[in-house]
Amino acid sequence: MKRKKYLWLSIVSVLCVLVLWELVTDVLRLMPSYMLPSPLEVCKAFAYKVSGGVNPDGASLWTHIATSLKIALGGYLAGVVIGVPLGIAMAWYKKVDLFVKPLFDLLRPIPPLAWIPLMILWFGIGYGAKVVIIFISSMIACVVNSYAGIKQTRQVHIWVAKTFAATNLQILFRVALPTARPMILTGLKTSLGSAWMALVAAELLASTSGLGYMIQMARQMGRADIIVVGMIVIGLIGAALSSLLDLLTSRIGGKKTKRRG
Amino acid sequence: MEPAGNIILRCEHLSRSFTTPSGTDYRVLGDVSFDVRENEFLVLFGPGQCGKTTLLNLLAGLDQPTGGFVEMQGEPVHAPSPSRGVVYQTTSLFPWLTVMGNVEFGPASRGIPKAERRKQAQYFIDLVGLKGFEKSYPNQLSGGMQQRAGIARAYCSDPSVLLMDEPFGHLDAQTRYMMEQELERIWRAEKRTVLFVTNNIEEALYLADRIILLTNCPSVICKEYMVNLPRPRNYVDPAFLQLRKEITREMDPTQ
Repeated sequence: MKRKKYLWLSIVSVLCVLVLWELVTDVLRLMPSYMLPSPLEVCKAFAYKVSGGVNPDGASLWTHIATSLKIALGGYLAGVVIGVPLGIAMAWYKKVDLFVKPLFDLLRPIPPLAWIPLMILWFGIGYGAKVVIIFISSMIACVVNSYAGIKQTRQVHIWVAKTFAATNLQILFRVALPTARPMILTGLKTSLGSAWMALVAAELLASTSGLGYMIQMARQMGRADIIVVGMIVIGLIGAALSSLLDLLTSRIGGKKTKRRG
Repeated sequence: MEPAGNIILRCEHLSRSFTTPSGTDYRVLGDVSFDVRENEFLVLFGPGQCGKTTLLNLLAGLDQPTGGFVEMQGEPVHAPSPSRGVVYQTTSLFPWLTVMGNVEFGPASRGIPKAERRKQAQYFIDLVGLKGFEKSYPNQLSGGMQQRAGIARAYCSDPSVLLMDEPFGHLDAQTRYMMEQELERIWRAEKRTVLFVTNNIEEALYLADRIILLTNCPSVICKEYMVNLPRPRNYVDPAFLQLRKEITREMDPTQ
């Protein structure tokens, strides 16, 4: 397999960055430690936070991860549960489309973060405000993708179903939804990614706990090592969530992926 | 000579116009009237883009005429019905379903229990020669096999009339010959009234009991031929070639 053969390329790329980082910090001392800590310092900070250290932000890494995940997944799930059916209904029923579209087109260009001030007014800086923001951002991605997916349904497939006297609902469930499935799954994936990113950004602005809060506090305390630890953890969890979803969707659609082989 | 059999499908002064984006009326189908007899193989033969698909959609009940009407067994046609199965030109199989899933789609839509519809579907899959491919997906099949599955799917709802819209139009010449022979075999095994649209004169002559010639836009009927050659036909039989010459000259007097 090609992928295995060139695995060394990926390893080399990661090693290059580490070597460069080490050179700039410990070896050549181009960057002072309070601006860019060395890899070793970051590892130490990481070990400290993982083992339950609460400085400088008042909670261990695990508490922050739990807070962030709870909000991200809560808002995301709500966004999926509302967004996917809404997108499907808009694409399938003209009246729903005409009713929802103008509102949707107005709300869509507003970046999730622009909702924060209003949400803080309404819900304070606790869970509520951020869950709503994550909900809005993931719902929009789900609506857009489900809508586009249903619209891809081929006319000839609808004709075939009609000649078999299928009802409108049967055509939706047995023709349009299978057509839209790949797009809907893409929507689930992109909205999970954007939910995670929007959350961390929201936490930078308004929170008392969470990964975004952790790196924000570290900046205020001048702890660059904790900032870097936070960023790496955010990246790792984002990647892990995305591969987890890949695994889940390929499990659901196992039949589909197998058939090409 | 009058064709034999009872009238099953009838078109009276059928016409269809579409409004173009500039607002003018574009007449695709002129005044078309003809009867289809029970169990006959009727071919509508005409040049490409002459409104044959429009005509077939009207017969299927997927579209409403601007003028005139369609009647099936004395009842006006307003909506699609499983009694009129359609085989389309391009592959119209559902790519997310297996051959079996596609063929049993019709009975499944009508809520027929799984065991029963499986049995029906299996019969027609065997009939069209796809035994062993029940679990294949459409993208794993060749063009000819896809059309076989399309034919089985149309048959599986037990229609009285099969409407076929250039089903072999996209196949290469070799496969096309083979499929024409196969369709005739299938049709003789499971007699139905077939209305077959094509722009290929050989195909028309090979399959038809009767050929209706359509002219280009707006399409109207210009002539009708009975094809009384014995089946299965021979593409190079002198009588076959004679009729072919006649129809070709009718379509293009310069030939």
